[in-house]
Amino acid sequence: MPKQIYLDHNATTYVDPAVVDAMLPYFTEKFANPSSPYSIGQDVSEELNSARESVGKLLHAKNGKIIFTGGGSESDNLAIRGYARANKSKGNHIITTQIEHHAVLHTCELLEKEGFEVTYLPVSENGLVCIKELKAAIQENTILVTIMYANNETGVIQPIADVVKIAHDHNVVVHTDAVQIVGKKEIDIDALGIDLLSFSAHKFYGPKGVGGLFVKKGIRINPIIQGGGQEFKLRAGTENTAGIIGLAKALEVSLKNWKQEWNNGKELRDLLETELLKTIPSSQLNGHPDKRLANTLNITVQYIEGESMLLMLNMKGILASSGSACTSGSLDPSHVLLAMGMPHEDAHGSLRFSLGKRTTKEDIEKVIEVLPPIVQRLREMSPLWDGKKGA
Amino acid sequence: MAMPYSEKVMDHFNNPRNVGELEGADATGTVGNAKCGDIMQVFLKVEDNIIEDVSFKTFGCGAAIATSSMATELIKGKTLEEALKVTNKSVMESLDGLPPAKVHCSILAEEAIHAAINDYMVKNTGEGLPGYECTDCNACGHH
Repeated sequence: MPKQIYLDHNATTYVDPAVVDAMLPYFTEKFANPSSPYSIGQDVSEELNSARESVGKLLHAKNGKIIFTGGGSESDNLAIRGYARANKSKGNHIITTQIEHHAVLHTCELLEKEGFEVTYLPVSENGLVCIKELKAAIQENTILVTIMYANNETGVIQPIADVVKIAHDHNVVVHTDAVQIVGKKEIDIDALGIDLLSFSAHKFYGPKGVGGLFVKKGIRINPIIQGGGQEFKLRAGTENTAGIIGLAKALEVSLKNWKQEWNNGKELRDLLETELLKTIPSSQLNGHPDKRLANTLNITVQYIEGESMLLMLNMKGILASSGSACTSGSLDPSHVLLAMGMPHEDAHGSLRFSLGKRTTKEDIEKVIEVLPPIVQRLREMSPLWDGKKGA
Repeated sequence: MAMPYSEKVMDHFNNPRNVGELEGADATGTVGNAKCGDIMQVFLKVEDNIIEDVSFKTFGCGAAIATSSMATELIKGKTLEEALKVTNKSVMESLDGLPPAKVHCSILAEEAIHAAINDYMVKNTGEGLPGYECTDCNACGHH
């Protein structure tokens, strides 16, 4: 088997060894339930609260609390369903975008069935939400705006500070799915004034199955899981202690050198981008060139399909992702790329490379070497490419 | 290395048989469309009712390429009647199965064979296959 070059960090990351070390005691000697009154239970409870404090500090979230959840999707569900249901008396209109993660989109669709009205804002060709359109969409009965911070597929970063300003001018609460940006970049929740913010540990070298939701003081949400009184009565169930400790450690480790990692990532990503777009004819960058996560590259390779490229890359040890229907598990390709106005056939030919902190220049050079011949080989098989030769 | 596909599918994907345009082809059939993410084109050379040579071009996922390749193998050297009996099931079985989400690729392969044979019939007898209907109207360009 060739050396594995993992370029799918937006899907998930490995767990940092320092994070594993921090977690291990919570499976064995520190196994106690933090709700138990005896000393080892209370010790764990204190450590949980230190983890909560540490996460709050790292996210600059003094003006509210961190609720630990079972991951980013649960945080999105809790924020949107929890806020909408608790504030129904104030109004029934929610604004979101067409490029959200399905955890947000499907939650909004569920709320539509419960009588809420949802506006799905379009995005421009470069994947950005238009603030003017957001402003125009706010109605008398609007209670919540939920717009993602950074997109998982394109890496495009939305103008969240502007979103918050416009929404707050109209007394509308803001939730942001920040799953792809937390840990990659320092976020100042208090300065931004965000009301609800979702994040997930496994996107920043923490374990899977644990995430968090920031809830600003004075924002009322209903729990979506009924049971015990854990997490300020907002998330029932015995705490995932090892996971929470791991999340806190992962955030600490990730933010320690985030600027350096951001710059390293950007340098390698830019190299990959420049070389691939130069050597592969009929290819293009998807998403805003600058307002973008430093680790993410999404391109379209026209006239061939994404999954077949991924399979061939896989044979060479390169692991990436695609927005083609074949990889999305549905009949349609990426809803994000379609919302950016891309034709279906081009969206089928999209590829995403998301770099991580172990990605090396050699890894990138390998992709630059391997992908163009794969593209050529698949194009030679493609009935679409034939007519384009020399075009 | 675990893959979503059988070894046979991966073999046909990596080493597709009969790929490319067939020079001097007597007939072609194209099915599918770019919007859905797969297009298959089958080229035939027919002599004395026998498929002397066959090739394909495909835009699509791994399964689409593998089913095209297998379908051309299954009909090469066969009479037109025999080739018409090749079904999506026989393509799938010859590939040791496909994941449920990819069954449509084998259907497309069957349709591509039918489309090519229909084209041959139209060109040589003036009449298409009895009862032949283009099953993907957006796709085939016949409408």
